[in-house]
Amino acid sequence: MVSLRRAQDALTPVIFFAIVVALFPLGVGPEPGVLAMLAPGVVWVAALLATMLSLPRLFANDYADGTLEQLLLAPQPLAVLVLAKVVAHWLLSGLPLVLLSPLLALQMQLPADALPTLVISLLLGTPVLSLIGAIGAALTLGLRGGGVLISLLVLPLYTPVLIFGAGSVAAAATGLDVEAYNSLLGAFLILALTFAPWAAAAALRVSLD
Amino acid sequence: MARAEPIPSGPEPVTLELHRYVSPKTFYPLAGRLIPWFGGLTALLLAVGLYYALFIAPPDYQQGESVRIMFIHVPAAWMSMFVYVVMAGAGAVGLVWNAKLAEVLARSCAPIGAWFTVLALATGSLWGKPMWGTWWAWDARITSELILLFLYLGVMALQSAIDDPKRAARAAAILALVGVVNIPIIHFSVEWWNTLHQPASVTRIGRPSIHISLLIPLLLMAVAFMLYFVTVVLLRMRNEILERERHSAWVTELIQSADAEPAPPAAGNRPRGVAG
Amino acid sequence: MSWRDFFAMGGYGFYVWTSYLLAAVVLALNVILPLRARKTVRARLRAYYRFNRQSR
Repeated sequence: MVSLRRAQDALTPVIFFAIVVALFPLGVGPEPGVLAMLAPGVVWVAALLATMLSLPRLFANDYADGTLEQLLLAPQPLAVLVLAKVVAHWLLSGLPLVLLSPLLALQMQLPADALPTLVISLLLGTPVLSLIGAIGAALTLGLRGGGVLISLLVLPLYTPVLIFGAGSVAAAATGLDVEAYNSLLGAFLILALTFAPWAAAAALRVSLD
Repeated sequence: MARAEPIPSGPEPVTLELHRYVSPKTFYPLAGRLIPWFGGLTALLLAVGLYYALFIAPPDYQQGESVRIMFIHVPAAWMSMFVYVVMAGAGAVGLVWNAKLAEVLARSCAPIGAWFTVLALATGSLWGKPMWGTWWAWDARITSELILLFLYLGVMALQSAIDDPKRAARAAAILALVGVVNIPIIHFSVEWWNTLHQPASVTRIGRPSIHISLLIPLLLMAVAFMLYFVTVVLLRMRNEILERERHSAWVTELIQSADAEPAPPAAGNRPRGVAG
Repeated sequence: MSWRDFFAMGGYGFYVWTSYLLAAVVLALNVILPLRARKTVRARLRAYYRFNRQSR
């Protein structure tokens, strides 16, 4: 059952994603050569910002109605519960971005050959962004300035994923091999899956104690 | 909510005298005595280092006199990294052992480290301008320093957003630890990114092995910066301790004994504050 | 080497001296700020204790 709130949770990042990408041609001019060169970075940065926008919502609702504190008392390890929440959050807020990305990339004149690489890089990368973002969301629970504060905490940590995510797309656009990029992005994902839920769980305990 | 100290069970562990200095109450006067010594040593080493840097060190074959900027830039960059590691380490100790002094150390490190990073970035820019012709060049080291600055600012922003000192310390510690684990990954990513985009003609400052005549002032300045860090972090720690322990009897007495007003009635008349 | 040459730093004078000046500013700031903060903290605590004494 998709409630109104859930629909909004899913749509806002996607719309934001689309708007941000549309801003770039407006800012730098419509010349296809320029846009094509910028495309990997622009699409990736826009997806990154859209993911970041959705982070406060990760724990906010459960925090407000007290469910979050119940989770701390649950028999299951908190890290596992956090992972479940992040997965659910990503399916709602991250996956739509991945699905929309080819369209937006075409708007940015990205060569069609690079589209599969784009989708794969975002498929591997946005979960990492959500996982790292969960740590930021957990640390800033209930604080004023929430969304912007999360961004400040989490953006520096995003840079490796951005570098290699956008890098893979740029390589694909020039016809180079992207296997190494995908392996590295996959490694980031595995690392994030292993450590981020645990760190976020520790952060939740700190915030809720 | 105050938590009672856990009562140790079993035999008293054999501890070094070090154990006594782990409480804010005993550390405060110790720091006060150390500061002048470290300050003096800092001044001495800065003087010697600057003399070597400005007068003795010869100009570089390629970079001329601008190489003297290196004697500020490199020690500042080293300190910016070192202080972050100290901050993260102190944060970890504070988390694991619930040690207040470690929390105070971590909090005191943040602004100092951030300033070192700013200095490294500014001097890096000033060093790069005559070399590369632009005020900002996205080379690997400067970009990494910039990201490090953002990491520092994040820790500081998080701390100032949380009122409860305990939660602030623990949250900042987690963030600093996540950051310190990420720093090698970030550095590796930025290095890779830089080699990909960097035009072949750009020279990379500091990579070739350094001549001994340049190494001596560099090391002197590095040691001077290190001693400076110790001096300044002790200064900040004392302030932080006064702030955090303001409800304790020893701080109350300390502040009031310096008060110009006549001494208050003996402390036994009123209930003691929560002990530190 | 004359004093003029020393200040010129082979043409790089602006860059070198600005760097050293910035270093001096940063080092001085990080000593002055905590010393000033110390005064503020002590004054604030003094007032705080005085207020607590009066209101008991």
